[in-house]
Amino acid sequence: MRGSLTAGRSSRRLEIGFKALLLLALSLALITLTVLIVDIVADGVGGLSLSFLTDVPSQIIPENSGIGPAISGTLWLMLVCAAFIIPVGVATAVYLEEYADRSRWFNRAIEVNIQNLAAVPSIVYGILGLAFLVRGPLSLGNVVLAGGLTLGLLVLPVLIVAGREAVRAVPPSIREGSMALGATKWQTIWKQVLPAALPGIATGVILSLSRAIGETAPLIVVGAVSFATFIPSGFGAEITALPIQIFDWVSQPQPEFKTLAAAGIIVLMLILLSMNAVAVWLRNKFEQKW
Amino acid sequence: MSDRTMTEREDPAETRASPAFDLSGAVHGSDGGAEAPMGKAVFRLEDVTVSYDAKPAVSEVTMDIPHNQITALIGPSGCGKSTLIRCLNRMNDLIPSASVDGRVLYHDQDIYGPEIDAVEVRKRIGMVFQKPNPFPKSIYDNIAFGPRVLGMKGDMDEIVERGLSGAALWDEVKDRLDTNAFGMSGGQQQRLCIARCLAVQPDVILMDEPCSALDPISTGKIEDLMLELKREYSIVIVTHNMQQAARVSDRTAFLIVKLDADEKHRQGRLVEYDRTEKIFTNPSDSRTEDYVSGKVG
Repeated sequence: MRGSLTAGRSSRRLEIGFKALLLLALSLALITLTVLIVDIVADGVGGLSLSFLTDVPSQIIPENSGIGPAISGTLWLMLVCAAFIIPVGVATAVYLEEYADRSRWFNRAIEVNIQNLAAVPSIVYGILGLAFLVRGPLSLGNVVLAGGLTLGLLVLPVLIVAGREAVRAVPPSIREGSMALGATKWQTIWKQVLPAALPGIATGVILSLSRAIGETAPLIVVGAVSFATFIPSGFGAEITALPIQIFDWVSQPQPEFKTLAAAGIIVLMLILLSMNAVAVWLRNKFEQKW
Repeated sequence: MSDRTMTEREDPAETRASPAFDLSGAVHGSDGGAEAPMGKAVFRLEDVTVSYDAKPAVSEVTMDIPHNQITALIGPSGCGKSTLIRCLNRMNDLIPSASVDGRVLYHDQDIYGPEIDAVEVRKRIGMVFQKPNPFPKSIYDNIAFGPRVLGMKGDMDEIVERGLSGAALWDEVKDRLDTNAFGMSGGQQQRLCIARCLAVQPDVILMDEPCSALDPISTGKIEDLMLELKREYSIVIVTHNMQQAARVSDRTAFLIVKLDADEKHRQGRLVEYDRTEKIFTNPSDSRTEDYVSGKVG
């Protein structure tokens, strides 16, 4: 029997309906984002100025308030965080990909645990930081070092996962080629695998830091100062950060502080977007096509 | 007694304190080994069985591989020729489930012996793979990588030039040594891999289907190169291409796939190993004849 080659009306309608549904979902996300950005920019653009970036916050004269300490505090936190997660995260990724024997139960246990750690709520890391870094065994006090390490613990799983993917993307033929020349396993990893995986690792580092830069809850738990009248400098300084400052302003009743909060959000978003842009650029420019 | 003194090659960059075939670093009192019927043997395989997860992939291979000649391994897919060649420089070590039984003697030393360092083995026995695998670096750094990690002394520019010239690639790339090796053609990439291998001055070169990803012209260039290289190196080549084996090799080993008694597991076996001319014109075994004459594939 020769059937009709034209599609049934109902199946075509289903096709169009499905496409429309997908478009609706996409536009919902995009519209929400646009409304948010427009709203924030409208609220906060008036508060933006050069002195806003450098001034200290003031409770008495909101117009003279700035995010100087918050920016500086965020930079210090990121420095500690990066210095902690890069060596530990890359070493863990290399161990899991190149050395760990997956037939052993503890290596599988490590893998599962790292995946679970990435899903642990950030407040839990805050409590961990408070109990082990600020007080307890390390007793660092509520300083930048403890805050940065807490953020580092929080985003370490993100970097490990990204690092493992980058290492795994280096094809086995490169390792074979290197070993066949008489290079040791370590030389192969250090001189072939890691350089080839570097763009992916760098992207992972930036994405980890951009997750850390927006975190508020763990910093509040480890004792961040929301009303900093000093510019923090050094690992022993008190903790303050952009999201903490924004959180403080949002919770103030006076309308002037709302403008300040919106301006702070604009700055934070600009930093975040440019970090992500660098990550995308790195990936596109240096990613090796095998 | 050293093979190196028997070659015409000058070794200004020779930095190894031990003779080429001493893999343990200990003084080895060998006198060169017994004369094999086809000349001096570089490898003697005695009852070699390579298994993955305790299932043999190729079984009970006994053969001598001659010095400064080209030895070809041919046979149908799955007969274990690649597995066999990869156990000659312990590349199978990289596969955790692989194990080797029997003895693989390289200049009378069992390379699977307890005191042997696989890294030392691979310094002397280089390998070229099926798919060209240049490193994602410049042409220069591709060649210089091996000599650098082995700590070879001497002028690196000279070492790189010698390697590239040895693989007949110098004239084609001398003006773009600092460009990425991924910009070369497939055939050039494969010759780069050969040059990379030559730069560390090995004794043996193993080639695992080196031309299977190349066009006929590039294949011809590599075959010419092999004939050139056998003056100084012993070469073992795995090939799918029988004409290639007939064109370049001095001796040919024919392997087949055998099913187990329970017909579940396949394993490779050596059927016949002889002078290439004999294998292709007057083989002793009817299975070899059927294969080389194209009756079975």
